[in-house]
Amino acid sequence: MKYKDYYGVMGVDRKASAEEIKNAYRKLARKYHPDVSKERDAEEKFKELGEAYETLRDPEKRAAYDQLGSHRPGQEFRPPPGWEQQFGGGSFSFDDIDLGDLFAGLAGGMHRARRGGGKVPVPGEDYEVTAHITLEEAYRGTEVDLELTVPEYDERGFPRRVRHAFKARIPKGATDGQRLRLPGKGGKGLNGGRGGDLYLNIALHPHRLFRVSGHDLFLDLPLAPWEAVLGTSVQVSTLGGSVRLKVPPGTHAGRQLRLAGRGLPKPHAGAGDLFAIVQIVVPTVTSERERALFKELAEASTFNPRGHFEQEAAK
Amino acid sequence: MKIERAMWLHEQHELLLEELCELSGLSEAELRELVDYGVLAPIDSHAQHWTFSADRLIVARSARRLRKDFDLDPHGVALAVALLERVHDLEAELRDLRAKLPGGGAE
Repeated sequence: MKYKDYYGVMGVDRKASAEEIKNAYRKLARKYHPDVSKERDAEEKFKELGEAYETLRDPEKRAAYDQLGSHRPGQEFRPPPGWEQQFGGGSFSFDDIDLGDLFAGLAGGMHRARRGGGKVPVPGEDYEVTAHITLEEAYRGTEVDLELTVPEYDERGFPRRVRHAFKARIPKGATDGQRLRLPGKGGKGLNGGRGGDLYLNIALHPHRLFRVSGHDLFLDLPLAPWEAVLGTSVQVSTLGGSVRLKVPPGTHAGRQLRLAGRGLPKPHAGAGDLFAIVQIVVPTVTSERERALFKELAEASTFNPRGHFEQEAAK
Repeated sequence: MKIERAMWLHEQHELLLEELCELSGLSEAELRELVDYGVLAPIDSHAQHWTFSADRLIVARSARRLRKDFDLDPHGVALAVALLERVHDLEAELRDLRAKLPGGGAE
């Protein structure tokens, strides 16, 4: 069995009072709670914190934990002989057992036994995982490989880590931040309790061309100044293949040209739109002939792009 | 390998009050309390049997975690959930504005 330093996780002294432990938990929970935190690895850190707190807040569990002595985190160790007897269980192998599962399962069994407890059905634990998929996969629908290691308890309440690997189908219509539920794919229920669920959080990888907002997509459309003035027809990539887009004459920078229904499909029917955002770009290298033509245009044109500045100054 | 079908959690799916209780781990009394505090709203509050949009399950689960992990009373849960919803709305607005900026707002 690998040692876990619960005091270290909570950043408290081994002699810390119950009040100090509670305060340390509250402070760290505000930092790492997955519903509140933006920290990387918040989920993992909060799980460690919860496990440490569940053990240290309970005087019986804390006493049992203290009897294990102090080791380096992750170090293989064996509990003192007969240590497991206090949980009301027989002797068993500690190999491959997770210390947290042991406290969660055995101590639960111990308390239930003390209460004279019957076999109350306990639902399995829910789990949440993030599935990172590409925009193309969201557009077509996809399958993701998922792997989950969950504790399972035998009839005596002894825990074993069990690996579940399976494929899940993500139907088309998903977008960033969307949640899906896989019924019964979480932890196993106890005493006939229903299996927990697995919640999938969809996260889209950034795309080279498209930016996503809900089911709408946004694309930069660079135009040469003369294309913007004269109008043109351009080839535009969409997730469903290339389409031709008509750019009307006199198109200014920032204008959004809408390609209806060319965004991400919606779960039931319809699809978002694709917006091409016009950018006017200028050549950085120009030939003598080009510069001559621009000069001619400058002399011939009466267009004043800053007319409103002058009107303002004249007031 | 068997392929599992994922279920959508969005506003077009509906959950019965009992289903929302079972899936969120909240008791019916706790759920009704969240409705009283305005954290959750059934599709039709005058209906004899309440139903909820499936996306409310995310809020109900979050409420249960916050209550348990921070030891919050119903007022505290309502406040935390309302603030979190506001953060999510603002993040969605920020994502939307970034998507609309040329170059995605990158310099």
